[in-house]
Amino acid sequence: MKISEILDKNGRTPDKLISSLLEYQNSTLCNYLTEDDLREFAEETGIPLSRISSVASFYSLLSTESRGKYIIQVCYDVPCYVNNSVNIVEELEKNLGIKMGQTTEDELFTLEFSSCLGCCDKAPVMQIGENLYGNLTRDKIISILDSYRRKNNEQ
Amino acid sequence: MNSNELTRKMLTKNFGVINPESIDDYIREGGYSELEKAIKLDGKDIINEIKISDLKGRGGAAFPTGLKMEAVNQADGFPKYIICNADEGEPGNFKDRYLMENDPHQIIEGIIICAFASKINYGYFFIRGEYIKAAKIVENALEQARARGYLGDNILDSGFSFDIEIYTGAGAYVCGEEFSLLATLEGRSGRATYKPPFPTICGLYNKPTQINNVETFCNIPHILKLGGKEFKKIGTVSSTGTKLVCLSGNIRRPGLYEVELGTTIKDIIDELGMGVPRNRKIRMVQLGGASGPVIPESMLQIRLDSDEMRKHDMSFGSGAIIVMDDRIDILDILKRNIQFFHHESCGKCTPCREGLLQILILLDRFIDESAKESDLQLLEILIETISLTSICGLGQAAPTSVKKVLEYFREEFTDRIHTTASAVK
Repeated sequence: MKISEILDKNGRTPDKLISSLLEYQNSTLCNYLTEDDLREFAEETGIPLSRISSVASFYSLLSTESRGKYIIQVCYDVPCYVNNSVNIVEELEKNLGIKMGQTTEDELFTLEFSSCLGCCDKAPVMQIGENLYGNLTRDKIISILDSYRRKNNEQ
Repeated sequence: MNSNELTRKMLTKNFGVINPESIDDYIREGGYSELEKAIKLDGKDIINEIKISDLKGRGGAAFPTGLKMEAVNQADGFPKYIICNADEGEPGNFKDRYLMENDPHQIIEGIIICAFASKINYGYFFIRGEYIKAAKIVENALEQARARGYLGDNILDSGFSFDIEIYTGAGAYVCGEEFSLLATLEGRSGRATYKPPFPTICGLYNKPTQINNVETFCNIPHILKLGGKEFKKIGTVSSTGTKLVCLSGNIRRPGLYEVELGTTIKDIIDELGMGVPRNRKIRMVQLGGASGPVIPESMLQIRLDSDEMRKHDMSFGSGAIIVMDDRIDILDILKRNIQFFHHESCGKCTPCREGLLQILILLDRFIDESAKESDLQLLEILIETISLTSICGLGQAAPTSVKKVLEYFREEFTDRIHTTASAVK
């Protein structure tokens, strides 16, 4: 989707900026906002580029760096931590061959820490896109990642 | 008491009984009947009923809801706004997500009643960006309420018009703080602002704004149904009603439970949570979430009661209970708590931005046992400075867990001070 189309739909007032940035970012292939994108938002809305940059860098769901197709958010807070979230991170890093914060070479997965995902009763948890996965184990992680790889191959 | 006697279902009575995507199910269970009654009353009478009930905000700060409503009611300004704060993000909390995903109309009915009481014109349902499923369910519920005439122009032929717009955040814990939330709604970075003036006078676009937590709004229809006086009989003198508690950590049956206020933490852990797995011992319990106090097992008889908690200089906050067993290193948990706030700090005020980083540096010294006696004093000064001088609740509450560990588990720090004796060893 083009930036102008999203703004036509949502409106060009400042209160619609964050949701429009999110919507546009989620429609891009690499899940991020380039400097050119931010410039276009500024031109389209009349909101100063400095303010748009400030918003884009402030919120953790917005990114100004290229990311993978699927973003894996791993909860790192205490309820997950005391239920072995660290082992979960190890397993993810091993399986994906990347470290926390990195993107796989095929640009399929980005591994990120997330603040509490509000599923502490199913700790440890992670979220990929719209899907939440709780009570994680090594085996569960392997099969979840495989399902995303298969899904991608079918597309 | 056993687990059946401990649970008191009021806000969660429809959980599993109704389909959250069906407004008919909610109406069948008596839903929206309190709104139909309320809309024939005078706004001041509704507010009075809430004041009599002595309901206090469920987001953590426990501000009396009736007083907040009265302030917005009496404030000059047009338009007025009402905001449902569903930016739940405090580690250990998941009650608002459950309320949205299981009974969204209960929240909406509460918001509309409050809006009517103060003739508020427009509402926002602010949901954190990570709660995708909850946002979809609420969006659907709002559409259904609109179609039935509970929202929109001339609600139930009363002449009162009001609508609610859903707004999803973009990932920032600080936006649960009122002014950061307002900044996000206005399309800016969510950074805190000095108070007063409070949002009830000068909120969204500088207009009077009522902001309440999801669980607080859920209580409103129940208060009108029971009457403020009857509602007040539930719970204790200083804490009326029920409370949703989020039980997590090293616990056999983690989950969401609704109990009458005044229940002891011990009963919740032992009877509802079935205790700690593998017969381990409880090392500590954190109340309210990352910003809450850490208490030892010997204090678990304490009740969910604000007067009783205040005697120990603490509160039960938003109702999270995180249990940790004897394998856990307390300082490791403190480090994680402070890391969370350091990451989520908006960076505007120095005590929070720089102070939390300094606490992390000091904690590391204790963890690798290189700390000096003077580091302990420095830590205590830092804690006091940050909690007294930070602009908003995030910074003010961030060092609470460290402060309480210094009070109840002081040996965790003193045992790790580097001495010549330990250096020889």
